[in-house]
Amino acid sequence: MNAPTPGQLTSSLLYLDGVSVSFDGFKAIRGLSLTIEPGEMRAIIGPNGAGKTTMMDIITGKTKPDVGTVMFGGSIDLTRLDEAAIANLGIGRKFQKPTVFDFHTIEDNILLALKAQRTVARTLFWKTAAAQQKRIDDILGIIKLGDARERLAGSLSHGQKQWLEIGMLLAQDPKLLLVDEPAAGMTDGETAETAVLLKEIARDHSVIVVEHDMGFIRELGVKVTVLHEGSVLAEGPLDQVSANERVVEVYLGR
Amino acid sequence: MIARFLLQDMDRRGAVFLALIAGLAILIPALNLLVPAGSPFHVPTSTMSLWGKYLCYALLAISLDLVWGYCGILSLGHGAFFALGGYAMGMYLMRQIGSRGTYGNPILPDFMVFLNWKELPWYWYGFDSFPFAMLMVLLAPGLLAFVFGWFAFRSRVTGVYLSIITQALTYALLLAFFRNDMGFGGNNGLTDFKDILGFNVQAQATRAALFSMTCVMLIAGFLIARGIVVSKLGKVVIAIRDAESRTRFLGYRVDRFKLFVFTVSACMAGVAGALYVPQVGIINPSEFAPANSIETVIWVAVGGRGTLVGAALGGVVVNYAKTIFTSGFMAPYWLFALGALFVFVTIFMPKGILGTAQDWWEKRRRPAPAKTPEPAPAE
Repeated sequence: MNAPTPGQLTSSLLYLDGVSVSFDGFKAIRGLSLTIEPGEMRAIIGPNGAGKTTMMDIITGKTKPDVGTVMFGGSIDLTRLDEAAIANLGIGRKFQKPTVFDFHTIEDNILLALKAQRTVARTLFWKTAAAQQKRIDDILGIIKLGDARERLAGSLSHGQKQWLEIGMLLAQDPKLLLVDEPAAGMTDGETAETAVLLKEIARDHSVIVVEHDMGFIRELGVKVTVLHEGSVLAEGPLDQVSANERVVEVYLGR
Repeated sequence: MIARFLLQDMDRRGAVFLALIAGLAILIPALNLLVPAGSPFHVPTSTMSLWGKYLCYALLAISLDLVWGYCGILSLGHGAFFALGGYAMGMYLMRQIGSRGTYGNPILPDFMVFLNWKELPWYWYGFDSFPFAMLMVLLAPGLLAFVFGWFAFRSRVTGVYLSIITQALTYALLLAFFRNDMGFGGNNGLTDFKDILGFNVQAQATRAALFSMTCVMLIAGFLIARGIVVSKLGKVVIAIRDAESRTRFLGYRVDRFKLFVFTVSACMAGVAGALYVPQVGIINPSEFAPANSIETVIWVAVGGRGTLVGAALGGVVVNYAKTIFTSGFMAPYWLFALGALFVFVTIFMPKGILGTAQDWWEKRRRPAPAKTPEPAPAE
């Protein structure tokens, strides 16, 4: 796309090369290489145990790779940073099982995610500025929870929790969003709406979506990476990938 | 700015609590000092000091609720911070005795003379000064909590493992303070106090002042704890309690937030201990006993975890019950009663006295309450 500027090793937003990690001898990721360009949206598929979640753990600092390079923004080595530091760099994550703060109101969930300094002193003497309140209101509108803002997040339905979590990602305003199975457990209608929401987000963010639902991926209409046994099996448009014999064999050919 | 921080979003429950304690601070000493002893309205000095003791426990309970109820850190060693604050106050009171001790040594406390010590250990220096001693009341527990928490929270020790090491912490201190050569009076601890700030500790007026001071510190402790929990930091802390790794992925350094509330809480427990010692007249290593810390957890659970006011209520109610139980024919059964109470509250009133009362009240006002999520199980 564009050539790296001096000091940058790559022009990619996210650059994984030769990454391996094993747990008690089990190789969860073996020699995984993957690049995400700025502004790109990528779907990642693969059978259970292909290493999708482990890959996300590595990018977000939860798991340290045994070997390999993980670079963000061309020059930042993510393997040296912890979860909080990586989150503050601008990498947001949505979990497979929706994790919102059940005992906080919907509005407070967004407030906690809102991009701001995360130090003890700043949060102790926090006052929400007008611009920040407006941002919270906007996000509540986008995820269609504006009328429910005072409700506890724990009382939301499964689909609403998924949206709230996407809203929290928006509030973080990350450069890169990692979204793990956003359509899991949703009705068809909700799934379609989620696809629209994600496409809208992808306009000004880079997004990685891990998903099982082929219909959902087709609706997103983006480049697909197929993982198998911890490394990339195929990459390309969905039609091309689903025509690949190996992919059919390990994943699609039930 | 401080007033705004302390009073932001004051709710009715908090306001009632503050008014009640402020009323007690004036009323009880007045009934003690101004009403003649024969009158039915007279409050005896011993009763006043007993209630002063309960209020110290209430402050300890609030400090534990701050870390357990809001941050999910089940500390089974909060009695250690209470006792350290108590020892700091006790050391000041020992130095105030001067040459009035049994052995008449103007510098050394009696137990040091008895042990044939020739000079004051370095760590007793400065405790003849009240401001220094008060600084130590905050610093000794605060510093211990900071160092302990720094290691524990950075290493991500959580749940039952953290509870066990807090329990070990207080047990280790119990053993250490039992030793004579530690220089804290060993088994007997520190006692036979004479003066505080030049006033006789036994005097009725001094007792009344100590009671009022306890109320003032309980109010201060409550306001600080409340200021913390209603701030955005308080929301972060609750988030940590309910979904720690999610909070981390939002970019919050969980260990620092835990360290902050743990240290503040330890200082608060220290203040409670410092007020307790002159009112009961003794501090000894038994205050470090693991059972004390566990009892504190029971007070908070009984009163209502995560409510601050409930914790204070639990501290008073359970200790009042203890006084009644342990002074009559039922004395041998107190521990059974305490255990039964804990089991009863855990099973039938998981939100404690205050939470249950509040639910009942809301149900009466609004027949169909909004569905609220079940409270997370106590770790």
